[in-house]
Amino acid sequence: MTQTMRTTLLFALVAVLIIGTGIVQSWNSALFILNMGLVSAVMALGVNLQWGLAGLFNVGIMGFVALGGLAVVLTSTPPVTEAWAAGGLRIIGGLVLGALSIALAILTWQKAPRKWRGYAVAAIIIGGFFLFRAVFDPGVAAVEAYDAAISGNLGGLGLPVLLSWPMGGLLAAGAAWFIGKTALGLRSDYLAIATLGIAEIVIAVLKNEDWLARGVKNVIGLPRPVPYEIDLQNDPAFVERAASLGLDATTASTLWVKLQYSLLLTAVLVLILVLAQLSRNSPWGRMMRAIRDNETAARAMGKDVTKRHLQVFILGSAICGIAGAMMTTLDGALTPTTYQPLRFTFLIWVMVIVGGSGNNLGAVLGGFLIWFLWVQVEPMGQALINGITMGMGDGALKDHLQDSVQHMRLLTMGVVLLVVLRFSPRGLLPER
Amino acid sequence: MDLLNALVAFGNFVFVPAVAYGSQLALGALAVTLIYGILRFSNFAHGDTMALGTMVTIIATWGLQSLGISLGPLPTALLAIPVGIAFTAVLVLGTDRLVYRFYRKQKVAPVIMVIVSIGVMFIYNGLTRLVLGPDDQNFADGERFLISARDFKAMTGLSEGLAIRTTQVLTVVTAILVVAALFWFLNRTRTGKSMRAYSDNEDLALLSGIDPERVVRVTWIIVAALATIAGVLYGLDKTYKPFTYFQLVLPIFAAAIVGGLGSPLGAIAGGFVIAFSEVAITYAWKKVLVYALPEPLEPSGLMQLLSTDYKFAVSFVILVIVLLFRPTGLFKGKSV
Repeated sequence: MTQTMRTTLLFALVAVLIIGTGIVQSWNSALFILNMGLVSAVMALGVNLQWGLAGLFNVGIMGFVALGGLAVVLTSTPPVTEAWAAGGLRIIGGLVLGALSIALAILTWQKAPRKWRGYAVAAIIIGGFFLFRAVFDPGVAAVEAYDAAISGNLGGLGLPVLLSWPMGGLLAAGAAWFIGKTALGLRSDYLAIATLGIAEIVIAVLKNEDWLARGVKNVIGLPRPVPYEIDLQNDPAFVERAASLGLDATTASTLWVKLQYSLLLTAVLVLILVLAQLSRNSPWGRMMRAIRDNETAARAMGKDVTKRHLQVFILGSAICGIAGAMMTTLDGALTPTTYQPLRFTFLIWVMVIVGGSGNNLGAVLGGFLIWFLWVQVEPMGQALINGITMGMGDGALKDHLQDSVQHMRLLTMGVVLLVVLRFSPRGLLPER
Repeated sequence: MDLLNALVAFGNFVFVPAVAYGSQLALGALAVTLIYGILRFSNFAHGDTMALGTMVTIIATWGLQSLGISLGPLPTALLAIPVGIAFTAVLVLGTDRLVYRFYRKQKVAPVIMVIVSIGVMFIYNGLTRLVLGPDDQNFADGERFLISARDFKAMTGLSEGLAIRTTQVLTVVTAILVVAALFWFLNRTRTGKSMRAYSDNEDLALLSGIDPERVVRVTWIIVAALATIAGVLYGLDKTYKPFTYFQLVLPIFAAAIVGGLGSPLGAIAGGFVIAFSEVAITYAWKKVLVYALPEPLEPSGLMQLLSTDYKFAVSFVILVIVLLFRPTGLFKGKSV
């Protein structure tokens, strides 16, 4: 079987699975799977850029996805002017002071004579920290005190929500630059631990810094790039058109909204996929693969390996940030507690490995297939457990088995990952 | 008197908890460092191995409790630990046979092994959740305090109390015993020496007739024991929740790397460095300072450097600093 045919067949399988869901379950859930599948495919593309093209092992995807989500809040929600007046400047000033002291410390480390630079840097860091807290804390208290039940944060810029997608990419890219500067060039497992740590820190910041995005109080009702269902239902023209298709207005409106999202997300996915393919086949892409396959030889050929790694790390993370922003827009809410590493870091890794690392189409395929499996394992497991427990009398064991169905998906993902790694280590669509 | 109070408050809120936490981290880091030294990869599934071992111990504890067996003032879980260790050993040996051995024979890059361990992590995590669910489980029993704050106050007449929980003492004592046994094993026995030889130089060890598969098996059994003990101690001391065990991977790795991957002594030192920094930086020092400083200097705020939710940030920052300035760790570990 040629690779092209294999690709076509596997993507046809994805289409059959999603359409099958529409027929067997409901079109609403089919579109849900499709939309999140699109988002997952974008995330997988970002990781594939880092791992497949450059061999960088990033397990901090969750952090970049969450930063993308934060970007939606910071871009699209209206600014809370009273909170800005109360303490906005202090917060910004504090952050600037913090950044300045770190910059000063780095500069001192580089320029000052070896003898006393250690003490100087320590003094700058400690002094800078207390200065930062002195300026920053009262600002935070003032902002969080303002109308805590509804806002208690600074709000955003009030820009159109679609702008937040590139903003999410930028925010993630900024964080990636910072991490890459410190952790790239270390051994692969050190980079892994470092990114894992950064992701946890990003989530901790999102949960605790209420002035930023309300922390665990969540931001709900984010602006949407598509019309609201209720408006559609009140629009006589729409109701009429739905009726002519044989649908009631409620179903038609939810489907139509989801479909519009699908179109938007598909546009982004196609754009990123085309760019990824172009860059892969360009001289730059060939160079990246050369570095991946033999770093020493590439260095001997005069390639700046560290710089290229930094570049591709930033690009891949930015794509994850864009995907994160798309996901938060799709949800219409930012809930920091839902960010779990198993779901947002390691599941994406399963997608990339299963799809075929190094192959962009493979990453997209993995995104769809694994997401489908992740959603559908639960109903399938439910059916299985129902079958097993059919003969059992009611009791603690039966209840326990019934309850545990929702945890089947982690087990399934582990088995899928290990089976693919063992029997088809290059994935469903191997790199050519 | 005030200075004594300050000391007692420091002991109660910083020193004692940090020593207990540090012992737990040290046991975890020892296992990670052993796997790294012998099998040469970072085992991401370690947190979930701990969770699984603890889960079996918890179930065995419940069984013992329902039979009416207890250890009096000590937690019943101590009696159940061997069951947990046995089960975990069988599990990790089975995993090694089914999963890791295949890649070891192929001599794949360490990073592939890490990805494999992520698959194992998913499976262990799923197993734990399937059997016990994702919720908190309480399995501590026996005497809660060795010295309670009230007794301490009555005993010394100080206004600050020093509470020492049974589990904290138990943690430290067990950790010391386990570490002593492990070092005796590594330095004095034939098998332990062959393990160290294998870790130092694989080819030379093979030439001297050391059976690599045997070394690997022994390593996994030790890792199972360390993981179960560390997991049970952590669960007794704090609380058992599968997800927190998964998150423990981060400070454990930080401890192992800070100490120097592959160095058992370093793992212990790293565990305490991480634990003390975490506790000290996230503790609100107001109470101690109010006692220690003269009145005009007393602080008005909480004097907490970082909120407790940022404890991961602490281990992370220490990790980065060590990696930047001393990439092989404090005790000159390996750098493959």
